[in-house]
Amino acid sequence: METEKSPGCDCTPQPPKTPAPVTLLGQMPAAEAVADDEPCCGPPAGPQSGPDERPGYAIQGFVENFLTTPAGKVPRVKTRLGPTDILGTVLTRVGIGRNDYKIAPGIYAVGKPDQAAPVLVTANYKLTFDHVRRELGGQNVWLLVLDTRGINVWCAAGKGTFATGELVKRIIETGLEKVVSHRRVIVPQLGATGVASKKVRKLSGFKVVWGPIRAADIIDFLENDLKADRKMRTVTFTIVERLVLVPVEISLVLKPALWVLLALFILSGIGPGIFSLSGAWERGLWAASALLLGILSGAGLAPLLLPWIPGTTFASKGILTGLVLVLPAAIAAGLTEGMAGFLALMFMAAALSSYMAMNFTGTSPFTSPSGVEKEMRRYIPIQAGMAVCGLVLWIGSAF
Amino acid sequence: MNEKGILMKEFRHLTDVTTLTFDSEKCVGCRLCTVVCPHGVFEMNGKQARLLDRNGCMECGACALNCPSAAITVTPGVGCAAYIIQSWIKGKENAACGPGGGCC
Repeated sequence: METEKSPGCDCTPQPPKTPAPVTLLGQMPAAEAVADDEPCCGPPAGPQSGPDERPGYAIQGFVENFLTTPAGKVPRVKTRLGPTDILGTVLTRVGIGRNDYKIAPGIYAVGKPDQAAPVLVTANYKLTFDHVRRELGGQNVWLLVLDTRGINVWCAAGKGTFATGELVKRIIETGLEKVVSHRRVIVPQLGATGVASKKVRKLSGFKVVWGPIRAADIIDFLENDLKADRKMRTVTFTIVERLVLVPVEISLVLKPALWVLLALFILSGIGPGIFSLSGAWERGLWAASALLLGILSGAGLAPLLLPWIPGTTFASKGILTGLVLVLPAAIAAGLTEGMAGFLALMFMAAALSSYMAMNFTGTSPFTSPSGVEKEMRRYIPIQAGMAVCGLVLWIGSAF
Repeated sequence: MNEKGILMKEFRHLTDVTTLTFDSEKCVGCRLCTVVCPHGVFEMNGKQARLLDRNGCMECGACALNCPSAAITVTPGVGCAAYIIQSWIKGKENAACGPGGGCC
């Protein structure tokens, strides 16, 4: 077979090799096997398949190698993000593939952990996992990843997937008791919404130690004898934390916004001559600007400037930013469409911006469901009223 | 942080809305509520916990779930507009966070 010239291979055929002596088990002596695998030509072949590669499984890019533990082989993960991880983060942050960005639950290793090394519990949302391992450079710890269906710790705790039962099940199924000699798991504090620490101990024998909220504080927490100060225990909502949320907020409204856009162009065509296509286009552009600015205001400007906008409710803050952002466009529209046109744009943008800002309560880490419901009961009628006024004035401005 | 040690003071929503209740007579002083609350709503007062900042509560439910003596009650829930609208229309059991997992 080696005498045959393979297609596309322009080197001289190799002389036939003497067949390797076959052992009882059909295995070739290692030296012979290696010699046999020498490529005949072209660039040198890549490395051989490793012992950790198994049919039907792919080794994730974030896995450095595998550690052998009494509970089986455990992947050792890198603490630096690679280009694929960074691309995944960017896509997730703009809302692409965000609902299916997860890794397999189970035990992972960071560094060279031994039986005494701490166990950190986290979620199987890859964004969360990446965030945690990136903060663990130079550490020797075990990571116990729960199956939260690809959702972050806090939201999963609220939904009941980062929960007592899942933690206990994962401790038992992974054989954690064979991997470590101590009986302690460090659970991120925000998981407390779903994890009852005393129950975990009763059911699994492992004591829950509440870790810090932010991954960035883990090393300090570990070095400080597993003690967290008040700052580590309190959530923040900094401008950067709000900024990274804006693209997803906008991506979520893009689809419904296209339908509203279509409706606005049709409405803009209504006029003295029943319907005018040129009117639909020219006036439709003004209406579209109100829509666009309303979205930018409610999903972007209001969340970004949140603590500095006067008022208590998100909906009222949204009205303010909506009016400010649409003002120049409304004035310009008023020059051709009159007072009614000016007011119409102001009302439409304010209504939309208010509604979008109100939706941001679900993303913010400090509003209570009771508070949000109260805000909604107060502001949804106002938003609906402004939207109706805006549309009526807009149609009226054509006459 | 202000003089009372309350962080996040710049972020305040409506006041007097939370369903949080605390019964100091049942408190066994385990401190867990002061540990798990992400808004520092509780603090220790001698051998017992006490409500420091009730209006800071966002009803996440961590304190009540971890309280060993049921001294704390709160109705936890999803504070997301899409979910609340659905709960008005379809009832609390059938509500979900939007089709694409809108909020979180």
